[in-house]
Amino acid sequence: MSTNALKRTGGAGESGDKIFSGASLAAGCLILAALFSVAVFLIVEALPVLGADPSDITGGEGFLTYIFPIVLGTVIAAAIALLIATPLGIGVALFISHYAPRRFAQGLGYVIDLLAAIPSVVYGAWGYAVLAPQLAIAYAWLAANAGWLPIFEGPASQTGRTMLTAGIVLAVMVLPIITSLSREIFLQTPTLHEEAALAMGATRWEMITMAVLPFARPGIISAAMLGLGRALGETMAVALVLSGGALTASLIKSGNQTIAAEIALNFPEAFGLRLSELIAAGLVLFLITLAVNIVARWIISRHKEFSGAN
Amino acid sequence: MSKRIDVKDLNVYYSKFLAVEDVNISIDARSVTAFIGPSGCGKSTFLRTLNRMHEVIPGARVEGEVLLDGDNLYDSAVDPVTVRSQIGMVFQRPNPFPTMSIRDNVLAGVKLNNKRISKSDADALVEQSLRGANLWNEVKDRLGRPGSGLSGGQQQRLCIARAIAVSPEVILMDEPCSALDPISTLAIEDLINELKSEYTVVIVTHNMQQAARVSDKTAFFNIAGTGKPGKLIEYGETTNIFNMPTQKATEDYVSGRFG
Repeated sequence: MSTNALKRTGGAGESGDKIFSGASLAAGCLILAALFSVAVFLIVEALPVLGADPSDITGGEGFLTYIFPIVLGTVIAAAIALLIATPLGIGVALFISHYAPRRFAQGLGYVIDLLAAIPSVVYGAWGYAVLAPQLAIAYAWLAANAGWLPIFEGPASQTGRTMLTAGIVLAVMVLPIITSLSREIFLQTPTLHEEAALAMGATRWEMITMAVLPFARPGIISAAMLGLGRALGETMAVALVLSGGALTASLIKSGNQTIAAEIALNFPEAFGLRLSELIAAGLVLFLITLAVNIVARWIISRHKEFSGAN
Repeated sequence: MSKRIDVKDLNVYYSKFLAVEDVNISIDARSVTAFIGPSGCGKSTFLRTLNRMHEVIPGARVEGEVLLDGDNLYDSAVDPVTVRSQIGMVFQRPNPFPTMSIRDNVLAGVKLNNKRISKSDADALVEQSLRGANLWNEVKDRLGRPGSGLSGGQQQRLCIARAIAVSPEVILMDEPCSALDPISTLAIEDLINELKSEYTVVIVTHNMQQAARVSDKTAFFNIAGTGKPGKLIEYGETTNIFNMPTQKATEDYVSGRFG
C-alpha cells in the first residue's frame, strides 16, 4: 500500500543521465586502451634488444651505450628550446594581456597562433635553408671569442646545422604553445586581485608580479611542459636542420642527435634487430615524456594551499 | 597623517558616457563620511576617482579637480601610483592575495617600490596593523598560513590591515560589509569607528543603518533615470540627512519611500 511520492519515475532525464555517463566512461576507457596498446607494442617490439649480444647492437657496445648519446641530445635540444621559448613566451603573453592596446594585442595574438599552424617540415626547411647559414656566421664569432667555454668550442660548423640551431628552431615551434596558453591564463587573473595591488600603489609591473604571475604559475608550468613535450618529440624539423653525429659538448659543431630524428632517419631501412633498437629508443622517449609530465604535476601540486583554489 | 579632500566641479566619464556630473564636496580629515544612494547612482564610481582607481577601466576619465590638502590628484605631473599609495582602498569583496601568507598580505604594500624592511620592523608592523584591524588575536598563531583560508569577515579585516600597514592619509571603502554576515559587519563597523581617530575614512554603503551608525557626514547621490548621470543631491551632518533632510529625494530615500 505504501507509495512513495518521491520514487523514481524513469523519465527522459534519467535515461539521458545514464547514456551520458556511459558515453563518457567509454571515452575514458578508449584513451586508456590506446595508451596501453602503444605501451604494449613498444615493449614487445623492443624486447629482442634485451637478449641481444652487445656486439650486434649499433656501435657494438650494447644498447645503453647506443641510446645514451641520443637521450642526452634529445634533452639538450629540448632544454635549449625551453630556455629560449619560456621567458620569451611569457613576455609576449604579458605584453598581449596587460600592456598592448587592445586592437594591436588581438592582431599580435592571431599572428602568434598562426606560428602554430606552420607544418614542422616547413620549419625544418626554413631552419636548414635560411636560419642555419645566418647562424654559421655567429657561430664562427662565438668559436673565436667564447671558444674556451665547452659549449662554444670550435671549430664551428660551416653550414650552421648544429644543436643550437635545432634548439632555436624548436624554440620558435613551441613559442606559440607557451604564449597562447600563458596569455589565456593571464587574462583570467581575477580583476579583484589586480585592483587590490593597484590600489596599494603598485606599478603595473609590481601588479603583475603580485597578482598575475602567482595566479598564473601552475598554468605557466603546464604551458612549458606542453612545449617541452612538443620539443622532445619533434622529429621532422630536427631531422632536417641537424647534421647529426657523435655526442659532443659543443653546441656549434655538427654532431649530436635526438631520439625522434634518429628513428625517423633510420626507420625506412631498418629490419630485424635494428628495428627493435629504434623501437626501444622510442620507448625511452615515451618514458622521458612521462617522467616530465609527472614532475610537472608534482611541482604544481606542491603549492596547492596557496593556489587560491580554497 | 590624514588629510582632507576637496572635490571641485568633478565630472566622471566612461568613454563618452557621463556617469557622474558636477560633484562639489569637502571631506574633513579624521572623520567618517558615508556615500549613500540607489544602485547605479555613481557613488562607487565617484569613490574610485578619489584615488584614481577608476582609470584602471579602459576609457574612464574625469574633468575637474580633486584636492588632497590642496594638492590636485589630477595634475599632469602626478603619478597615480603615488596617489594610490597615500589613499588606500578596501573593496566590496575581500581580496587578500591568495598566493601569499597572512603576514605577506599585510606587508604587500610596504614592500612595493623595492623598499627594504628589516625582519624585526616587519614583525612589529604586522602586529601593529593586525591589531589595528582587530584581527591579531585571531591569526597570531597562523601568520604563515594562506590568507584565503580565513573567513570572509576575517579576510576583509586582513584587507583593512593591509591598507593601514602603509599608513595612508585616507582610506576608501567600497561597500566593505556587503559580502559579510551581521557579526562580521559589526566588527568592521567598530573598526571604522576606531580608524577615524587616525585616518580620513570614506565609505560607500547600501545599508542606511550602517551609514547612520558609523558616519559623521553623509552624502546622498541619486540618478534621474537610466542613462542619466548620477549627481550629488545632498551632503551634510549624518543626523541632519537622516532626520531633517532639505531635499525631497533624500527624505524619500532615507525613509524608505523611494521613488
